[in-house]
Amino acid sequence: MTDAARPVEQSVPAAAPASLRRIMVPIVVFAGLAIAPWIAQFGTESFILSLLTRVMVLGLAALSLDLLIGYAGLVSFGQAAFIGIGAYAVGILASHGINGIALQTAAALAASAIFAAITGAISLRTRGVYFIMITLAFGQMLFFLATSLAAYGGDDGMTLPSRSLFLGYDLLDSDRALYYVAFVTLGLVYLACRMLVASRFGRVLRGARQNPVRMQAIGFSPYRYQLVLYIIAGMIAALAGVLLANTSEFVSPATMSWQRSGDLIFMVVLGGMGSLHGAILGAIVFLLAEEVLAGFTEHWHIIFGPLLILCVLYIRGGITPLIERTRP
Amino acid sequence: MNETRSAPMTARMTGPLLVLDHLAKNYGALKVTDDVSLTVGATELHAIIGPNGAGKTTLIHQISGLAQPDSGRILFAGEDITPLTMAERAAEGLARSFQITSILPDFSVLENVALAVQGRSGSSFRFVRNASREEALNAPARVILNQFDLLPRADVPAGLLSYGEKRQLELAIALATRPRLLLLDEPLAGTSHEESARIIATLKGLKGTLGILLIEHDMDAVFQLADRISVLVYGRIIATGSADEVRNNPEVRSAYLGEEAA
Repeated sequence: MTDAARPVEQSVPAAAPASLRRIMVPIVVFAGLAIAPWIAQFGTESFILSLLTRVMVLGLAALSLDLLIGYAGLVSFGQAAFIGIGAYAVGILASHGINGIALQTAAALAASAIFAAITGAISLRTRGVYFIMITLAFGQMLFFLATSLAAYGGDDGMTLPSRSLFLGYDLLDSDRALYYVAFVTLGLVYLACRMLVASRFGRVLRGARQNPVRMQAIGFSPYRYQLVLYIIAGMIAALAGVLLANTSEFVSPATMSWQRSGDLIFMVVLGGMGSLHGAILGAIVFLLAEEVLAGFTEHWHIIFGPLLILCVLYIRGGITPLIERTRP
Repeated sequence: MNETRSAPMTARMTGPLLVLDHLAKNYGALKVTDDVSLTVGATELHAIIGPNGAGKTTLIHQISGLAQPDSGRILFAGEDITPLTMAERAAEGLARSFQITSILPDFSVLENVALAVQGRSGSSFRFVRNASREEALNAPARVILNQFDLLPRADVPAGLLSYGEKRQLELAIALATRPRLLLLDEPLAGTSHEESARIIATLKGLKGTLGILLIEHDMDAVFQLADRISVLVYGRIIATGSADEVRNNPEVRSAYLGEEAA
């Protein structure tokens, strides 16, 4: 369904390999993530596992943002706020002795849905640059609210007393268990999103991205659909926040900084908008490149920045269409 | 059973389908719509002609809900639809085509029409089932594509169609919403001779099955198709009547037809 791949299909008669390559990318990505812990045991296992768990968690957040950017054309610059809501739901409840992951997740989803419904109802009345700015403003609003929560660490954030409990058991204390919880969550959400974008609901959004006036002329008012999507995307990002808090065992306002929102946009663009697995691939490449460069020099930003610019300039449409277009 | 009656007769029995009641709109000092009142019967084809800048497209925008009139009312099937949004009016059975082709270029031809069918077939807040495999949407869409000779092109991305095919698709999308009234904004604009002949034939086939308000510059087409013609000049309707009445109206001749000839 990527825009770039479509005309290519037209000119190349062998359409079957193209569609095969399209499902190959997510299969390879998920298979790689599934066996990574097995490979990790030959290296510094806990480091690799925690890095890859972080990759999958931010991949989940990038996936939620791809729903907005890639399928509805809504460039939100405040998606990290929802990660923050998820993380703080875990942190605040844990500090009051509520450690059950079910209750923490329910609180995270409810809070993010309410925040998304209110901010989305306002933001979605604007378009283009104004939408970017207003989502950024709401994100910053929440960021400064978090810094002012003195009871919950304020600026400094707070360390979790423990990871979340599953039905009273400390199953998530094992890095490997947490890894697979993140893996399964990412896989299930990915499949659910695949269905969502192909459904009637998803088709209305994809249509409205191309031509909102035409959609109104055939009886759809895009606003209602976009608002529901904004809420869904916010809840997925909050789910990522719940997992992120458990991964780092630490919650701070930095979880929802505007830089994080920018990183997420970058992951989506880098991986290829509007393919879902592209966002996950973008997160993998982005975070691993960051990790590798930081290993070379502490001034890694100086290399990383230009590298990102080159990527945007030379691989238009992102990594995923690039792979799908390459003839074997 | 409508076929046995003349269109005005039907209109008299059930009231007109569309009533514009003293519609007015200004852009600054420019009166773009100046006290326009007209009716379209349930099975009537009513054409609006007028020189460029007469306010024809702005009038269609107000009827479809893309623009709001400053004053006056729009009645559709007896109901005041002036406060309704464009999407709500479409859901009531008021469809339109655009002068500048307005399709979904990334979607296939079939999906463009199937989405219009979806607009009138139950809720679109369905999240699981693959919409492009829903036969309940695709089957009616294929019937309409066949009617417009577009069935062989069903799987082609709409953005890759020829200009004439896009004009056909534009009509097919409007018709797929099962409208009671069709607002057509220059459906023949920019088409070749064969393409416009094909579209005229399609419109002749539709005529009598629903109300049509047609804006068109092609005089031959208008005189062939229209039951009644209204002439719009500087936002005002200066004459309404049959083809012959309009053709022989001295005011129309000086204001419009004369200009064209010169």
